[in-house]
Amino acid sequence: MIRKQDRLVITFFTTTDAMAMEHLCRERQADGRIIPVPRSITAGCGLAWCAAPESEKPLRALMEAEGIRFQGVYRCLV
Amino acid sequence: MIYLDNAATTLRKPKCVVEAVTRALCSMGNPGRSAHDGALSASRTVFEARLALAELFGAESPDRIAFTANATEALNIAIKGILNPGDHVITTALEHNSVLRPLYEMEDKGVELTILPADRQGRLKEADFEAAIRANTRAIVCTHGSNLTGNLVDIGRVGQIARRHGLLLVADASQTAGVFPIDVQKMQIDILCFTGHKSLLGPQGTGGLYVREGVEVRPLLSGGSGVQTYLRRHPPQMPTALEAGTLNAHGIAGLLAAVRYLQAAGLDAIRERELDLMERFYRQVSAIPGVTVYGDFSRRMRCPIVALNVRDYDSSEVSDALSSQYGIATRPGAHCAPRMHQALGTVEQGAVRFSFSHYNTEEEIETAVSALRELAQEE
Repeated sequence: MIRKQDRLVITFFTTTDAMAMEHLCRERQADGRIIPVPRSITAGCGLAWCAAPESEKPLRALMEAEGIRFQGVYRCLV
Repeated sequence: MIYLDNAATTLRKPKCVVEAVTRALCSMGNPGRSAHDGALSASRTVFEARLALAELFGAESPDRIAFTANATEALNIAIKGILNPGDHVITTALEHNSVLRPLYEMEDKGVELTILPADRQGRLKEADFEAAIRANTRAIVCTHGSNLTGNLVDIGRVGQIARRHGLLLVADASQTAGVFPIDVQKMQIDILCFTGHKSLLGPQGTGGLYVREGVEVRPLLSGGSGVQTYLRRHPPQMPTALEAGTLNAHGIAGLLAAVRYLQAAGLDAIRERELDLMERFYRQVSAIPGVTVYGDFSRRMRCPIVALNVRDYDSSEVSDALSSQYGIATRPGAHCAPRMHQALGTVEQGAVRFSFSHYNTEEEIETAVSALRELAQEE
């Protein structure tokens, strides 16, 4: 059985943007990891950043400060 | 074999490049197509290669670097992606066919083309660029260094002219990337096309282009992108916009290792070593009776290339004798640079091109000089 949890999911236009997010978060020891984009957000392919819901504010601030291009920020069961 | 054909491809690669490609072949999945360890390992390596190249070329961000199979593909993307029928474009006689042929294709589709001439030493007059500009001029497409003579073009000065007149500058750095400092922002280069397998010391099948933010390039290919699957069109965001299909992540892993090697060794140190070897060779061969050297050697800053002919011998015969009798690898013929040979007056004879790597030794240079002395002796 796959257990699902309420998670923050950030999607990107390109794989490069997702990699830039991972690179930055690793450097800053920020919360989260790369996952395939959940179908509940968008059907198709792609990578997303998945983190705890309470990380939304710091992650948004980090992306804005560092100019990370993203497509959307969602809450969903992952 | 004494390998002096480094302007065609650098045969000897740093050990770290070979190891990186081997590691990649044993561990990498498809970059950008999944989130498992194999795929992520590939995606991370490709991203790190973008970061390293963006730093090397002074690009605004890693997403401005798109990977291609070689400089030819990058130049085709750039040339066909920015020009439209009715536009005018300026290029030079120094160019390789990877610039000229896409431009001729565009000329057949209604683009006006001006090719600036070179003198008998293969030099351009930078003032000619300004004089050639018309009301409908869209771009300048120009090499940073000739693959035949080794002459450098002052690309920063061409960039100033282009920017002053609102033109795009597409620079071909096939012979210079990895050995000469290139800063796309300082030099005002809008699109920089490069290959990975020459002075960058990476594997064949790697290359790419830098595209300045705000410059729109129509993609040459569309197809799989790993993202935005249900869009009818290929995604417009860089670098995905110019990268349809699976990337050569195994090769890019080698290219990343090569860029790190170059940055650790220092571009200046590598270039000075190559120029020392080139000067040692040039000084001696230019004094041999019957040897004609082409190009401008009045300035030290040039690509480490010496193109020459021996008497009136066919360049292919000389290159074959060097290979079969002395084990020395050179490149004869026309070097895919038809306009340059026309300017030098070497269309019939071609030329024998010697091109150097920092891995070459003084002994190899002396052997090559001795071989030429023998070949040039009158019977």
